[in-house]
Amino acid sequence: MKVMLQITNLVKSFPQPEGGSIKVLDVPNLQVNEGEHVALIGQSGGGKTTLLHLIAGLLTPDEGSIQINGIELTKLSEQGRDRFRAGTIGYVFQTFNLLPAFTALENVRLGMTFGSGVAESERAIDLLERVGLGDRAHYRPRQLSVGQQQRVAIARAMAGKPRILLADEPTANVDPKSAETVLELIRETCAEEKVAILMVTHDLQIASQFERVDQLDEINQAVERSR
Amino acid sequence: MDSRKYGVILCQSNIEQKVSKRTMNLIQIAWRNFCHRSLSSILTTLSLALGVGLVVLVLSIYGVINEAFTRNASVGYNLVVGPKGSPLQLTLNSVFYLSQPIENLPYTEYMEFLSEAERSEMVDRFGGDEELKQRGGRYAPFIGDGFVIPLALGDYFGEFRVVGTTPLFFEKLRHGPTLEQTFTFSSGRAFQDFSEEHSYFEAVVGSRVAKEMNVGVGDQFFPTHGDPTGHGHDLGFTIVGVMDPTGTPNDRAAFVNLEGFYLMDGHAKPIEETTADDSEKTPQGKLSPDLEPKVAKRDDYRLLSIPEREVTSLLVRTGNIMFAPSMQNAINEGIRSQAAAPVGEINKLMGLIVGPLKNAMLMITLITCVVAAVGILVSIYNSMNDRKRDIAVMRALGARRSTVTTIIIYESLLVATIGAIVGWILAHAGITAYSGTIEDQTGVQVGFFTTSGNEVWILPLVILLALIAALLPAWSAYRTDVGSNLSA
Ligand SMILES: Nc1ncnc2c1ncn2[C@@H]1O[C@H](COP(=O)(O)OP(=O)(O)O)[C@@H](O)[C@H]1O
Ligand SMILES: [Mg+2]
Repeated sequence: MKVMLQITNLVKSFPQPEGGSIKVLDVPNLQVNEGEHVALIGQSGGGKTTLLHLIAGLLTPDEGSIQINGIELTKLSEQGRDRFRAGTIGYVFQTFNLLPAFTALENVRLGMTFGSGVAESERAIDLLERVGLGDRAHYRPRQLSVGQQQRVAIARAMAGKPRILLADEPTANVDPKSAETVLELIRETCAEEKVAILMVTHDLQIASQFERVDQLDEINQAVERSR
Repeated sequence: MDSRKYGVILCQSNIEQKVSKRTMNLIQIAWRNFCHRSLSSILTTLSLALGVGLVVLVLSIYGVINEAFTRNASVGYNLVVGPKGSPLQLTLNSVFYLSQPIENLPYTEYMEFLSEAERSEMVDRFGGDEELKQRGGRYAPFIGDGFVIPLALGDYFGEFRVVGTTPLFFEKLRHGPTLEQTFTFSSGRAFQDFSEEHSYFEAVVGSRVAKEMNVGVGDQFFPTHGDPTGHGHDLGFTIVGVMDPTGTPNDRAAFVNLEGFYLMDGHAKPIEETTADDSEKTPQGKLSPDLEPKVAKRDDYRLLSIPEREVTSLLVRTGNIMFAPSMQNAINEGIRSQAAAPVGEINKLMGLIVGPLKNAMLMITLITCVVAAVGILVSIYNSMNDRKRDIAVMRALGARRSTVTTIIIYESLLVATIGAIVGWILAHAGITAYSGTIEDQTGVQVGFFTTSGNEVWILPLVILLALIAALLPAWSAYRTDVGSNLSA
């Protein structure tokens, strides 16, 4: 198995409003293999979102290295990280994933525009059909339920043909039944396209469906010291 | 709320089109944002459109005024000669029939433009100093095959100027864009120096005079003296012709035979010394009214003698246009009269008064545009808070800082371009709607696509304004932090 994501001695602190700074993450080692589906469980405020932002190159670490597909993220410029993210990473957020001014289809195509730069409608429609929203292609986000919005977000995350999908509590704001669907869709589409998944959640029930479940608190050395 | 619906419809029509394309470009993305906040976008665009429309209107109106004045200043003659004084006032009086009446010139000054033969004929016909016969007019050599037309001003018909002149006026003068059209009559004909029907009292009225005073061929009118409200003369002029519209000030004048004009009360210049043979002539004016014959005879009236005659100004065309400046110099060096070039005077007037006025109006309207641009700034900047999340999402999808910044700038440019085009269309539609009235009153033809030269600067200017207005929101977009706006 080839390693897709390799994190080594990653440290991230945030400045505090009252002065000083607090170390949120200190991860000596985290690996995700190609096509592997990993669920990472952590309590609220445990640094899950921060970790995903670092992997996506939206934040820069204070120390350590993040290698994705053999590329050292910390050595890239901001523009380089933008380009890298567009080509390699798919992202699904907890809520408010979609751009309200655009239809479902356009949201998916936006993912492609910023990603590969080619926004083929055929693939966009195909992805929407795969998440069961072929008939909602021209709906605006506000005309869709939260669960449906998350499904569009999955289609959009897949649109740029990523190598790894980062999912930040994708089911947290969705009713249990939709959560099931959303989760299935993520796993299915990623399996079809051989995309690795790193999903963070605080929900044990959700995490348990993944073949590999890690505890962030065990990986993250900053936890004990910060609390 | 209609506007919102409209925006949505506009935007939806775009969907199908977009699906077929392979990429969504940044302008399309900006357009969707524009539509998403359609009410605010449309209001902002409209305020800019109004500003642009006002600028276009000012430019167009100035263009019309400028063309009307310059065109009317050249009606087939190149100099106006009148008493010494302001050349502009002379021009306004004689060409545009405007402004306060001016002093008069002695008739002999007019005769300086005539040949020896013509002068002799006049002395024989009207009576006057025999010495006038002895030589040709001082300025006659400049005239050649040109012409001199005398004007006597000072009376009114209603609010319209009465112009005493000779039939030469209708024979020689031209108008129209190429100065080739002769005066034509919607009814009747030009007046004659003397007719058996109306004696010396024939008149021709301009189209507007006929319309507004509600008169036509066969009607009589009695000019009033001095100003529009002055007392009337008892001698009436019979209208024998109504002119077609010319788009010149002549539409607003009533023309009467100069000889009849002289016969009106108070139009004879008092002379200190009466000549011996005057005693046998009847006093100026009509013979006894009860004797008035059906057919007028030339000696029913005693025409004024040369010393009694005055003219207000002369319209002069030199035979060779090259002679005009030297003739103008020669006249201006004399003691009595001055010669003015109407086109030059009008250009001076435009440059001196109308031009600065236009600039002031332009400044005001440009400020309107700046205010509208500030409106764009406020509208987009206010929306930035709602959009921080959108921007962060786009960034997470791989959009660069420069990309999200460009989208904001495009949005401002969209407002600017649409506003400028809508404003331009509104202004030109307005002008077109009034083109009939404009042509009636000024003779200037304007159509939807009649543009003044400066209009080409509007779009670049508005786009520049929009760019400046977009700077602050664009900077805010550029600086939007992805991490903190995603984890909200
Ligand atoms: N931009 C930031 N500035 C300061 N502190 C931050 C920032 N982002 C996150 N934090 C802090 O880091 C910790 C981890 O946050 P986060 O990664 O969002 O946790 P989780 O997603 O697991 O709930 C929290 O205590 C939070 O207050
Ligand atoms: Mg979180």
